[in-house]
Amino acid sequence: MIGWADLINDDERAIQDMVGRFVSTHCMPRITKDFEDGQFADELIPEIAKLGVLGADLQGYGCAGISPVAYGLACHELEYCDAGWRSFVSVQTSLAMYAIWRWGSEEQKQRWLPDMAAGRVIGCFGLTEPDHGSDPSGMKTHARKKGSDWSLTGNKMWITNAQIADIAIIWAQTGSDSGGIRGFIVERGSKGFDVLSIPHKLSLRASHTGAIHLDDVCVPEENRLPDAQGLRGPLACLNNARFGVSFGALGSARFCLERAIEYSVERKQFGVPIAQKQLIQAHLADIITEVVKAGILSIHFGRQKASRTLLPAQVSLLKRNNCRMALESARICRSILGANGITTDAGILRHALNLESTYTYEGTHEIHTLVLGEALTGERAY
Amino acid sequence: MKILVAVKRVTDPDARIRLNADATGIDMTGVEYKVNPFCENAVEGALQLRDAAGGEVVVVSIGPEEVDTYIRTGLAMGGDRGIRVPLEDENLDSDVVARVLAALVAKEEPELVMLGKQAIDGDNNQVAQLLAGYLGWPQACFASEIALSDDQQSAEVTREVDGGLEVLNVGLPAVISADLRLNEPRYASLPGIMKAKRKTIDVYEAADLGVDTTVKVRVLKLESPPERAAGIKVDSVDDLLGKLRNEAKAL
Repeated sequence: MIGWADLINDDERAIQDMVGRFVSTHCMPRITKDFEDGQFADELIPEIAKLGVLGADLQGYGCAGISPVAYGLACHELEYCDAGWRSFVSVQTSLAMYAIWRWGSEEQKQRWLPDMAAGRVIGCFGLTEPDHGSDPSGMKTHARKKGSDWSLTGNKMWITNAQIADIAIIWAQTGSDSGGIRGFIVERGSKGFDVLSIPHKLSLRASHTGAIHLDDVCVPEENRLPDAQGLRGPLACLNNARFGVSFGALGSARFCLERAIEYSVERKQFGVPIAQKQLIQAHLADIITEVVKAGILSIHFGRQKASRTLLPAQVSLLKRNNCRMALESARICRSILGANGITTDAGILRHALNLESTYTYEGTHEIHTLVLGEALTGERAY
Repeated sequence: MKILVAVKRVTDPDARIRLNADATGIDMTGVEYKVNPFCENAVEGALQLRDAAGGEVVVVSIGPEEVDTYIRTGLAMGGDRGIRVPLEDENLDSDVVARVLAALVAKEEPELVMLGKQAIDGDNNQVAQLLAGYLGWPQACFASEIALSDDQQSAEVTREVDGGLEVLNVGLPAVISADLRLNEPRYASLPGIMKAKRKTIDVYEAADLGVDTTVKVRVLKLESPPERAAGIKVDSVDDLLGKLRNEAKAL
């Protein structure tokens, strides 16, 4: 449907197919209830790890080493079910594991990555704070040298996987003498490390979202990511994750479009299927056009990612385009289903609600707009 | 133990299919292929036996280069290597397939051949039986359970028959065809898919194998099932009983 069949190779097709099969067998049958109950299917983590999805695009350390496009297609299939699933994998793979893979020492990689790929260790990523979202440079969380160790104090907010995480990658200000913002692997159970659930969400309900409170948490020097210095550390991780988010949003859009088409063919009003109504056809034509454009762009940028020529501004363009496109498509598809579209059974409004989060997280729509503006004019407006 | 397992590609069972212009086959424009589900059971069965008894699983398919994809899926699930015999679909019937497989058996000398009980496109259910006949080997078709003897000289095969189960003891080498109940095929893991790229698929021409590829069965004509007529509503139970009795002759 998205028209990328000729743009992907056999392995990529096989990987998309396998993840799609896993999702339709294990995730789809329970997602409506998980969303209603506000829970993530923790018991499926060993299963999805066995499939090899966690850390799949990383090389070595027990990871599959698949292409960026193949990883994107896996994200696409996961989010076809629910953005909560894709978020779980994105955070584990593109934020937590990638942070260690990219910025960690050889010892840290050996110690954590194989267990994280096998799902035995779950990670989360603490950058955002209650008062610092789009402006992470102003973060309040700080790390002070304490002998040979570090003491971390501060608060992190909107942290996916926080409640189930065995380790948290925490970004903290160390002051200009120590290189500014640094990354730390903080182990669950450390004294002064607390996690709180963020309840009452109307979006990403089938996903763990928590707040992390750090009160004089002692972190040994060997748990500091040695190669990360300054905001570039966390931003490189986010840039990596945005790629998966972009492919994921397409999965949501595809789900909504498929349901809307099915419904329009079956639903009769004025004696005929509403699919015969030109207004409905115009909606569907507009959505498929956007989905195909976004799909081809995603693959194209995926090839650039593989050849290391993908620029951060291009990732902003992709993330901004796909998340907005998916959200707008989901809203229109909901309207095609009329009142039936608001039920959890239909699934479309669940996707639309999730997309309100993806529109904002991993760089808000607005900030990505300004990144593009800056790339075009050289003028920074944020 | 060396096990030869065959996989066949079939039209996607979820696709809406149309007949081609001369009604002798399916119009494949825009329709995708999938692995025949029974073949996946056969692959899984072969892998389980190899994992328990050691040895090698050779995944075989017959068809153009595109069927390598389906051999690779078997290799990604854990098969050791692959063989493809290039013949076009229109030049195949169950008998040609059985003769090609018999020639591969002569070349590879496996102790066991595993097949799906039938393909969901033609539903012929003939290859396993024909192959066993050509080889002069015992056959156990529609296996829902396979237990290898300790000395690996025979297998106890449970097969589903009308009204119950039949248990056969077949001496090896043998041909076993798999039913859906045999197992739940594993997912090819992502690392498995990447590793499969490096496994070899040998291509053997039918002529080099010395196989007579004369097709004995030709499809003359296919027809779509008749459109289902709309139902009717009746006003009362008596009406319904009357119609069932007099028109449908169901009572």
